[in-house]
Amino acid sequence: MTDKNQNKLDCVLNWVDERFPLTSNIKAHLTEYYAPKNFNFWYFFGSLALLVLVLQILTGIFLTMHYKPDADLAFGSVEYIMRDVPWGWLIRYMHSTGASMFFVVVYLHMFRGLLYGSYRQPRELIWLFGVAIFLALMGEAFFGYLLPWGQMSYWGAQVIVNLFSTIPFIGPDVSEWLRGDYLVSDATLNRFFAFHVIALPFVLVGLVVAHLIALHEVGSNNPDGIEIKKLKDKDTGIPLDGIPFHPYYTVKDLVGVSAFLIVFSAIMFFAPEMGGYFLEANNFIPADPLKTPAHIAPVWYFTPYYSILRAVPPILNSQFPGVAAMGLSVVAFAFLPWLDKSPVKSIRYRGTLYKGWLVAFVVSFLVLGYLGTVPSNVWGQFGPVLGGADRATVVARTFTIIYFLFFILMPWYTRKDKTKPVPERVTG
Amino acid sequence: MKSLTKMKKVLWLLVLMPLVAFASQEVHLDKAPVDASNHESLQRGARTFVNYCLNCHSANYMRYNRLLEIGLTEKQIKENLLFAGDKVGDTMKVAINKKDAAKWFGAAPPDLSVEVRARGADWVYTYMRGFYRDYSRPSGWNNTVFDKVGMPHVLYALQGEQELDHETHQLKLVKPGALSVDEYDALVADLTNFMAYMAEPAKQQRHQLGWFVLAFLGLLLVLTYKLKKAYWKEVH
Amino acid sequence: MHGENMSDKQNSQHQAVSPVCCASQVDFEKRNFLIATSAVGALGCAAVAVPFVKSMTPSERAKAAGAPVEVDISKLQPGTMMTAEWRGQPVWVINRTDEMTAELAKHHDQLSDPASEVTSQQPGYCKNASRSIKPNIAVVVGICTHLGCSPTEKMQRGGDMGESWMGGFFCPCHGSKFDLAGRVFKGSPAPINLVVPPHKYLSETTLLIGVDSEDKA
Repeated sequence: MTDKNQNKLDCVLNWVDERFPLTSNIKAHLTEYYAPKNFNFWYFFGSLALLVLVLQILTGIFLTMHYKPDADLAFGSVEYIMRDVPWGWLIRYMHSTGASMFFVVVYLHMFRGLLYGSYRQPRELIWLFGVAIFLALMGEAFFGYLLPWGQMSYWGAQVIVNLFSTIPFIGPDVSEWLRGDYLVSDATLNRFFAFHVIALPFVLVGLVVAHLIALHEVGSNNPDGIEIKKLKDKDTGIPLDGIPFHPYYTVKDLVGVSAFLIVFSAIMFFAPEMGGYFLEANNFIPADPLKTPAHIAPVWYFTPYYSILRAVPPILNSQFPGVAAMGLSVVAFAFLPWLDKSPVKSIRYRGTLYKGWLVAFVVSFLVLGYLGTVPSNVWGQFGPVLGGADRATVVARTFTIIYFLFFILMPWYTRKDKTKPVPERVTG
Repeated sequence: MKSLTKMKKVLWLLVLMPLVAFASQEVHLDKAPVDASNHESLQRGARTFVNYCLNCHSANYMRYNRLLEIGLTEKQIKENLLFAGDKVGDTMKVAINKKDAAKWFGAAPPDLSVEVRARGADWVYTYMRGFYRDYSRPSGWNNTVFDKVGMPHVLYALQGEQELDHETHQLKLVKPGALSVDEYDALVADLTNFMAYMAEPAKQQRHQLGWFVLAFLGLLLVLTYKLKKAYWKEVH
Repeated sequence: MHGENMSDKQNSQHQAVSPVCCASQVDFEKRNFLIATSAVGALGCAAVAVPFVKSMTPSERAKAAGAPVEVDISKLQPGTMMTAEWRGQPVWVINRTDEMTAELAKHHDQLSDPASEVTSQQPGYCKNASRSIKPNIAVVVGICTHLGCSPTEKMQRGGDMGESWMGGFFCPCHGSKFDLAGRVFKGSPAPINLVVPPHKYLSETTLLIGVDSEDKA
């Protein structure tokens, strides 16, 4: 019986394989893709990012069935989804929680790259595709955030689109072109909807495919930063420290998925607003072009860059340096493969100098992230001796400098760092 | 191991951030006794809302027949809450002309469907108890949590008249209304409770379903962990 | 269990995985957890699919718009009709005179389905001589069963419909003819009788269209 079925299955498989490289692809990317055996929990976040991407696309499709990209109807259609559409609230919360969790997972995934030098030669292109994914994701989040057409949606979009108007000479025209109007309006909403549901999802999926193809071409890095392809079995040609991705990492990633879904569900079912960080209270007030809310803050995942924007003082009456600094703070990641001159990849074999800078960078990122959520007078002012400046602004400036020094000084401190010897084979 | 401790620190920071952010609230708000499972309170609140608020404020996203969820029958909704000509499947619309209203009150009365999500239940609870006499205002009223508010004190006949002591910032009841202080607080508590329910009617269902989902995922986590162990015993 | 000597682990030249893979040996631990995880996982996926599928069913707004409609017929004179709207369709309420109702039994030979045999076209409680709950009050969806036009009222005898016309409806699109119970005349392009919607009486003079009558005769 089983033999007979097996034969039938083989027949079908043969038929397909003669026309489409199914078996060879499954082998190349799953059963005979050899990944280092020493991945730790930091390596969950790549597959989790893929999971969230699928979830966002799926929930997005169903939300699009009910949402109306029209300035008069948008706010109401979101409430319609939350109340009148059967299970609409669940799908909407999945999407809104998914947006924030996407960034949580992607930030942790990027931090993994910093820890173990995953951007280093020969993985520069993987990293560049990754940075492009991150940029596309930021665009996707920004366009999507306008769609509920609440006060935060509206004024957030207004502020960010106006950033472009600081570009010398062409700025104001660029802003107007982006909005399609003299202020954020129905025209803006309609085009942001197009970007959010069609344009950027296509770009994102394409970049993710490129990211994975590049990864499978050179093979995965690991917490030891050792190239496992250097030591292969003489007979089989399989890396000695490699194990087939499937089944070993598929079953392991399932554990990560289960744990992640628990965190995800806990937020989605019990704190979908996440204290105002995932869904802002002001966004439950319909967009009003005549009334700016007292305190505008972007969603948490943009706040580190927003802080940098605010921290840079205008030069020659132009806000452009701040905008440029903000842009640079995101794009800076793309240069890492060429800034890092260390002989080792992994944090495990680096010296205290790099570790110190990495900690300083992470602290800067978090402090800037926090300061971006609060008004700049949150910590009061310094005394008249220091010119009465806002304390928070001074702190933000300090950490902005540290943030950039992490990148700028990297060639110097990675060369100078006292590294430890790297073993031949991966460790536990 | 080192990375794990750092990770923990990062997580702590993330957990503590909301607390820091909300520590700097300026106006003191009283805690609203919100309880979505108390159907009687919700029903009383619905009645107050329809009788007093729904003349000027709409709740355009709330359907009358949703009130079946809080224990009202279709007949009760029709007889006690519906305006003539409305159907139970209609939303809580209001006939007032937005432009006229803006002229009378300085701003058009906002839709209240999701007011509690925008302002918080505590704000609504404090606001509705925070009106005081101020003849410098066009309406003759001002409010402790919403300075120079355009809305007059609609529940004046019930609460009476309060005055604000500008030294101590305390409210004092100078002319009692039809209800005692406790009765009035209870009325506003019910109203706030209803408005909190109305702002997210699926909240109760969300919480109930959440526990099921978490229990299920807990089981899945155990199974996937065991499965991983079974496979990884070969890896050395 | 392992197919190889455990001391081989120390040998750095050995591969990372040594699967237990002799045809005779089945790893029950793996198999059991694979089955259990797949089953629970599949259940989870199915459960997640439910809200997504259900989100495409009519929303509360659609249900409210398609809710049963109350019609007051106290002012409806015998020999006249009125039109109500239910789920976006015209629903005729026809108050026949006694004479008109009596006429219904007299032209069976000219009808396609005089006894209302096609069950989809009326609820069970209207499968009777007058196709109605009360003999004189007919409730019919005014949409031609041919191609969906709304027929014109021709309730009076004769007139532009010719000498032999005893009152009914005429579809302007393709000339289908119906009697005062919404039954189609032979030779019309329309294949079957007009639909009688579910309805019931809340009182002597109040009709509720869209809800079935309790007495399912």
